[in-house]
Amino acid sequence: MRSKFTPPIGKISNINGQCISLIGNDIDTDRIIPARFLKCVNFDSLGEYVFEDDRKTLKGKHPFDLEENKNSSILVVNSNFGCGSSREHAPQALIRWGIKAILGESFADIFYSNCIAIGIPCFTLPKNSIEEIQKYCHNQFLFLEIDLKKSLAKSKYLNFNLEIKESSRKMFLSGEWDATATLLANTSLVEKKFKELPYIQFCNDN
Amino acid sequence: MSQDTLFDKVWDLHKVSSLPGGSDQIFIGLHLIHEVTSPQAFGALKDKNLKVKFPERTVATVDHIVPTDNQSRPFKDNLAEQMIETLEKNCLEHKIRFFNIGSGNQGIVHVVAPELGLTQPGMSIACGDSHTSTHGAFGSIAFGIGTSQVRDVLATQTIAMNKLKVRQIWCDNKLSNGVYAKDLVLHIISKLGVKAGVGFAYEFSGPAIDELSMEERMTICNMSIEGGARCGYINPDEKTFSYIKNKLCAPKNEHWDKALTWWKSLKSNENSIYDDVIKLDASKVEPTVTWGITPGQSISINQQIPLLDDLAPNDKLVAKEAYEYMSFKPGQLIKDTPIDVCFIGSCTNGRISDLRVAAKVLKDKKVSKNVKAFVVPGSEKVATEAKQEGIDQIFKDSGFQWREPGCSMCLAMNSDKLIGNQVSASSSNRNFKGRQGSPSGRTLLMSPAMVAAAAINGKVSDVREFIN
Repeated sequence: MRSKFTPPIGKISNINGQCISLIGNDIDTDRIIPARFLKCVNFDSLGEYVFEDDRKTLKGKHPFDLEENKNSSILVVNSNFGCGSSREHAPQALIRWGIKAILGESFADIFYSNCIAIGIPCFTLPKNSIEEIQKYCHNQFLFLEIDLKKSLAKSKYLNFNLEIKESSRKMFLSGEWDATATLLANTSLVEKKFKELPYIQFCNDN
Repeated sequence: MSQDTLFDKVWDLHKVSSLPGGSDQIFIGLHLIHEVTSPQAFGALKDKNLKVKFPERTVATVDHIVPTDNQSRPFKDNLAEQMIETLEKNCLEHKIRFFNIGSGNQGIVHVVAPELGLTQPGMSIACGDSHTSTHGAFGSIAFGIGTSQVRDVLATQTIAMNKLKVRQIWCDNKLSNGVYAKDLVLHIISKLGVKAGVGFAYEFSGPAIDELSMEERMTICNMSIEGGARCGYINPDEKTFSYIKNKLCAPKNEHWDKALTWWKSLKSNENSIYDDVIKLDASKVEPTVTWGITPGQSISINQQIPLLDDLAPNDKLVAKEAYEYMSFKPGQLIKDTPIDVCFIGSCTNGRISDLRVAAKVLKDKKVSKNVKAFVVPGSEKVATEAKQEGIDQIFKDSGFQWREPGCSMCLAMNSDKLIGNQVSASSSNRNFKGRQGSPSGRTLLMSPAMVAAAAINGKVSDVREFIN
């Protein structure tokens, strides 16, 4: 885990880093950050507890404990990563550990939106490409350069096309992935919508 | 692309604007908050110097961290106390309605909102909790969101989201005796898989769904997320309307008539277009139990744990992990698996009808001496109703511990936890590794009636042998 955490801000167009591979389908957010660590009123200390129970079970052999992975920032996962609970604590723990982007076969919906909301681009690749990357990571260091403009990941030996939702890609490139400002800009439309909704008229103030 | 479904109608109604790149800005009609996923959102508002835009559209309760044995304040657990105090302070400061412990209306957020009549057809509902899909049982569209989106809803009453596709899950015939909504939804998830719903809203329809009570419908929609679908819903009908009528926050007098007319216009049209349609026969569903570490790994009570060779290639990796973690052998029967702990409760199955069904099984019976069994009502209202009906006494007489309302051992954020590799029979929604508080604890999901049967026999049992 990095000593000091600085949250990403502004445009995100390139991410360069070492890959860390985590093999397994349906890895849920309870495994990423067990519920007992949700007893907090801020996210500050979550980085050190990422995958706490899995890591304890593997006694130092979990990818997040291996010496060779300690500077990694691109997580490579399989299918349905981040399923289960909506806890944003899961990506918050990953980003505080040092993860800046995730490549996977597929992601659970809420986990994906939580990642986008805090500045972690999640890219999908076909199963065989992910497996190729994971196999490669198993044997040697793999440094990838991710180019969001071109949706490409390249290294000295490997090149992959990446898929990401167009809405997410545009938000990262424009720096508007922190949605609050964009949503606030439409305040007058929101107020209009509020007045139009039938059930707002039905509601009782009791 | 889907057309004229309830989802399309309600989405379009709440759309504020199209955002760059294809997502929509969606107005959230009802925002529910609790102590776990809201403090950081209020913190972010403060950092950005923002106010809560429509405080009257947010409602709070406390559920995840509350102890179920002794709820007097301050809580024994300092961190839990800090979390409830933070919520109290935030609600007071931002003038948000808060149903606290002792109010008579506290409980699991997805139990409380429907029983207050807050959840209504045609609404868009969000909450920092994945089981927000529960509210879709009323013909609303309801999504779980993360803390950053909780912040966005507080600040703007809207979220940015890509429109979901719509899959209709048509359930023919009706459930047979001893088979419940929980069995049906576990069956659906095992057939479609835990990620089939990614990018989809699930519309549950057909005669078997029409037949279900509102509470059973909530069980179905609640577990949409276990099938990967962030949103699940059921078209509203007379049962929906009569459930809501006269509830505290239900429309009253002339508003009721207007609401009713509008609600009736919301259901999916007969010629709606869906992105996908799945049909299944509900009469074929049997009491269902999970054997693995994902909610998709379930089988009927008389089936064997699947052999690796019988599984689809993509399911093998997780199955291997599950055999090892659960200490099950492929081919082994699930029936008669010894149980250490029985838990009845949660936003899936902690409502009064769930308690009634379990109490019926438990009446004049005793919990096996090897089992620790406890029941956690979903809300203060559920607890009060159960006491009025004498259900609490049936549980206590059988050997179940009767607890105070909260989420409890569904996710074990309080002191209700499995110990070591104990096996629990649980009416909750997730059998993930470590979910119930012990990193090696093992969870078998089933209906509340099946949990009651397991408690009596001390092992996984077929509840039909108790009720027929």
